Amino acid sequence: MSEGTLYDKVWDRHKVADLPNGQDQLFIGLHLIHEVTSPQPFSELRERGIEVPYPERNVATVDHIVPTRPEGRERPLADGSAEGMLTALERNTAESDIQFYGLDSDKQGITHVVAPELGLTQPGMTVVCGDSHTATHGAFGSIAFGIGTSQVRDVLASQCVAADKAAVRQIEVDGTLGPGVHSKDLILKIIAELGVDGGVGYVYEYGGEAVRDLSMEERLAVCNMSIEGGARAGYINPDETTYEFLRGREFVPEGDAFEERKAYWEAVASDDDADYDDVVRLDVDGLEPMVTWGTTPGQAVGVSDPVPAPENLPEGEREAARTAQAHTGVEPGESMAGYDIDVAFLGTCTNGRTSDFREAAAVLAGREVHPDVRALAVPGSQTVKSTLEAEGVDDVFRAAGFDWREAGCSMCLAMNDDSLEGDERCASSSNRNYVGRQGSKDGRTVLMSPAMVAAAAVEGEVTDVRDLAEVDT
Amino acid sequence: MSDATDDDGVEEMKVRRVAGTGVPIRGDDIDTDQIIPARFLKTTTWEGMDEYAFYDARRDDDGELNDHPFNEYKGANVLVVNDNFGCGSSREHAPRALARWGVEAIVGESFAEIFADNCKSLGIPAATADPETVAELQDVIEATPEAGIELDVVDKQVTYGNETVDVSIDEAMHGALVQGIWDTVALLRSNMDAIDGTATDLPYVESR
Repeated sequence: MSEGTLYDKVWDRHKVADLPNGQDQLFIGLHLIHEVTSPQPFSELRERGIEVPYPERNVATVDHIVPTRPEGRERPLADGSAEGMLTALERNTAESDIQFYGLDSDKQGITHVVAPELGLTQPGMTVVCGDSHTATHGAFGSIAFGIGTSQVRDVLASQCVAADKAAVRQIEVDGTLGPGVHSKDLILKIIAELGVDGGVGYVYEYGGEAVRDLSMEERLAVCNMSIEGGARAGYINPDETTYEFLRGREFVPEGDAFEERKAYWEAVASDDDADYDDVVRLDVDGLEPMVTWGTTPGQAVGVSDPVPAPENLPEGEREAARTAQAHTGVEPGESMAGYDIDVAFLGTCTNGRTSDFREAAAVLAGREVHPDVRALAVPGSQTVKSTLEAEGVDDVFRAAGFDWREAGCSMCLAMNDDSLEGDERCASSSNRNYVGRQGSKDGRTVLMSPAMVAAAAVEGEVTDVRDLAEVDT
Repeated sequence: MSDATDDDGVEEMKVRRVAGTGVPIRGDDIDTDQIIPARFLKTTTWEGMDEYAFYDARRDDDGELNDHPFNEYKGANVLVVNDNFGCGSSREHAPRALARWGVEAIVGESFAEIFADNCKSLGIPAATADPETVAELQDVIEATPEAGIELDVVDKQVTYGNETVDVSIDEAMHGALVQGIWDTVALLRSNMDAIDGTATDLPYVESR
């Protein structure tokens, strides 16, 4: 059993009671709501005559189903079912007195992008949302995890969930990421090493030199993909990087109140002599940009490494590898470099933040998207979008031939009209390469960092971004 | 089985055994996008979910229904799966779709955590067994689809033919199902004073 970790401390502070089924009742400091997993819970509360007891600890955005073309956002939305979901969320949040950043708000965006940038997510909180990528918020040193729709109902009705405490695995990442290598590559490496189910039953604590060196936005990308490794939550202990990011944000206290709050944040960080249930060490010196070759996020290699032959994999992974390679059309023994790309997609709750677009823009400056590629840049929030536009970053994307869109989940899961067609191959900064994930059951997804997406967009094939020549701009 | 939205007495909520016939879905890491593609989540109710379970996998390229187990084993209620079933998104639509197709219990090598939690919320037991036991179950179901299979939730056993094997059920899930307390709303709200007490002690929650 772990002891003295951030996870233990924050859990204990939020534990309300022991439940008769053996679970703990946990108070939830921040419940994030979106349109896909909330309509049924609100209906049920209405039927049962239950009022939301802590409306101020709930915040809603609309992200999954929103059109990203500016002209597509006029109400009513052309897609009747999307309009119905948005209308339901407007009504539900208004009736329950819950803050809602809708399509008419300049703060609308993906819930896991919006909450951090507004300072809603803070260290030492419990954060849940009916979305598995809630793990993102662990980057601040919070316990953050995805929940199902019935649990969304529970939180609305009681501001609590019934939960089991997980084991804590410390993942110490030594070394330094080289130029052109990013936190996305780091987390893809971790998942490739530990497996897509390696984290089941665990929460991941990411630490070590390579993690401490990351910016807050890069840390969010790491924690975001914890669930892709099977861990329902992942977190990073708060430090000066965290506190400086938070200072001055809308929902963060100022002055003396900030210092008081900071004392709590520092107190919940894992003790130096904390006990962990498991410890894993990795070294990222010499790590290459990572790309996936298959249909799970764990089927990933360095961009110049050979795609593994199924017969060389552990017995339990061979059949899945064969099926995956038949779907993606990759040849074992060859590297992913040179794999043709039809679509480049930049955005999502993993890599839709300002620094992600700046990294990609640095690659795109002075270059053009390959004529056979359609390229889509979808900021994670309207705040990200306006910040980048103020810097002129949007001009770089437009000049290169990218479509510059409004904020939303978009082609990560294609619940709006941004979708792969037929068997298109997509270089994607998203988080899942499952069959059918991007809207076409024959579509192929190659996960990679934003800089690598930009390089693939320009070359029309998977390309090591570090091999692109300098461009005079 | 009771529907999760019913506010029935605890007695009717108890899930002590599930008996019927089996349906095997083979393969590790079957993700929730396969169980129900995201385009079918665009709804504000649970209606129609049964039609969406494994929607793409159940169809050929020309849209015709193929020989997928969910086409071949209609009427079955015990789903038998392999490793890390239900990984990926948190969508409760996945177990809802399975349940509305007819699944009342799942036996597998292992489950993704959120998926297992969602099953518990719906009163669907998700029992685990070693790979050999699961393979044997899948083989038997495929050889004799009409043969009976029973999950005894209370004693954590699966019986098929003349065989009875032990399975595991997570402690919290077991307690919730056997005691009939898997609808957690009333349970959590019964501690409202303690909730307020915990909230008041948190430095980031404004006093009210």
